Amino acid sequence: MNHAHFNLLTHSLRTLSAWVITLVLFFPLGWLVLTSFKTELQAISVPPLMIFSPTLENFAIVQERSDYLLYAKNSLITSVLSTILGLMLAFPAAYSMAFFKGKYTKDILMWMLSTKMMPAVGALVPIYVLAQTAGLLDSRTALVIVFTLSNLPIMVWMLYSYLKDIPNEILEASRMDGATLWQEFRMVLLPLTLGGLASTGLLCLVLSWNEAFWSLNLSAAKAGTLATLIASYSSPEGLFWAKLSAASFMAIAPIVVFGWFSQKQLVQGLTFGAVK
Amino acid sequence: MNRFLPRVLLAPAVATLFLWMIVPLVMTIYFSLIRYNLLQPEQTGFVGLENFEYFLTDPSFSVAVMNTLLLLGSVILITVIGGVLLALLVDNPFPGRGVVRILLISPFFVMPTVNALLWKHMMMNPIYGVLAQVWLFFGATPVDWLTDWPLLSVIIIVSWQWLPFATLIFITALQSMDREQLEASRMDGANYLQQLRYLYIPHLGRSVAVVVMIEMIFLLSVFAEIYTTTSGGPGDASTNVAFLIFKQALLNFDAGVASAGALFAVVLANIAAVFLIRMVGKNLDK
Repeated sequence: MNHAHFNLLTHSLRTLSAWVITLVLFFPLGWLVLTSFKTELQAISVPPLMIFSPTLENFAIVQERSDYLLYAKNSLITSVLSTILGLMLAFPAAYSMAFFKGKYTKDILMWMLSTKMMPAVGALVPIYVLAQTAGLLDSRTALVIVFTLSNLPIMVWMLYSYLKDIPNEILEASRMDGATLWQEFRMVLLPLTLGGLASTGLLCLVLSWNEAFWSLNLSAAKAGTLATLIASYSSPEGLFWAKLSAASFMAIAPIVVFGWFSQKQLVQGLTFGAVK
Repeated sequence: MNRFLPRVLLAPAVATLFLWMIVPLVMTIYFSLIRYNLLQPEQTGFVGLENFEYFLTDPSFSVAVMNTLLLLGSVILITVIGGVLLALLVDNPFPGRGVVRILLISPFFVMPTVNALLWKHMMMNPIYGVLAQVWLFFGATPVDWLTDWPLLSVIIIVSWQWLPFATLIFITALQSMDREQLEASRMDGANYLQQLRYLYIPHLGRSVAVVVMIEMIFLLSVFAEIYTTTSGGPGDASTNVAFLIFKQALLNFDAGVASAGALFAVVLANIAAVFLIRMVGKNLDK
């Protein structure tokens, strides 16, 4: 066998194994999607059914029985509000540190990072007690506050890394021309950082949407997010896999698609720029 | 532009984060030193280190610490080794590489409760689960995963979620490899194993360290996956420190003991955090 043949062979082998491993790893997710279109009987059939006539009834039943839309609304409101609130807090801070570097800028950045390192469970009792005292248990307000604060360090970091690459001269030029701070933000900064803002927001949306620790501990039937709705399917009685799958499919589909688009930001955001 | 403006802009974020950090911490320290049961708020009083003693001598505690370390260690091992291999496998162009990448990273965007129930019911159910069918197909006796191998089940579930994360980081890191250097080494007659040894692995070293540290921080407090699958059981077989604290706080309503445990968890996490922060800090100077 000559060299070219050998190369072709290894190339094909690599391609094949990449595909096989990927499909095996993706299988549970694909199976979830398939199951959501089955009837309950088909869902537990032995041997597992690959080919069947799909039904949409599960989606309707999930909405009817467990009020899917209420939980989806809670998820949407909490993740969108916390993202907006987070951006409003993070952008000025990132701007200030990127363009007015002081003696303590680096220390502040490192300190912010360190708050993200605290395990959530370490704050469980105080936050629970505070929420209880304020009458905010099972309220969207409590979730929005907690989501905003736990994402804030990541948001500041991401925005900071975008802003610090903008040359200061551009801002100074606009100031020379007599631009006010608002004009500077509106006409110069915003167009330049729109991409950064969008991807920071996207990442926070993904993180808040998938957040489970605080949702499970602070919310229930009223303010519960999709993560809590799904968790309520944990009980062993009855077989309801098709419905569980339908609910899960609806809960993850939008965010998985978002995730595909924010891969690069995710790497930067979650590693605080340590891997590029 | 006056010189106060930067501070005014910075203040809200710093102030809220400071409160977010200091208030729970002070409260936790305070709660850990008093008698505090959520159901019996009238019982109060300073108890010194009694809560710590109770938490640390609870027979569940040593089990939980072991489980936490086993869970952490296994998932890190599986995801780092698996992630490096997968990233190397998809590093070179091949038909459908884009699709493979998207499929590979998808599980990371699945919320933990969905991930956990998907495995608990549809994969690991001893009768109807897919794994049971695979076992039967090969003539083996199906395993009752969550009852017989609770911790291993949690490890599998968490690894499935975090393998894509590690893979994604390593894929990103590999993209910044010096392609000319690779080409030059090939010209000089280096085979793939030598390239691995001298070029790929050293290049990946840094991102391996980052993945290990980030996973340490997140995996020390794995919660939703345990809550939705085994509830820490049977017994304490799959209880980690985070779940033990939750049990003390919201199932036994003993906020004092839970706070003592929480302080322990914070110390544990800080050991990992110190290294990560140092590394990121060095990066910031460049």
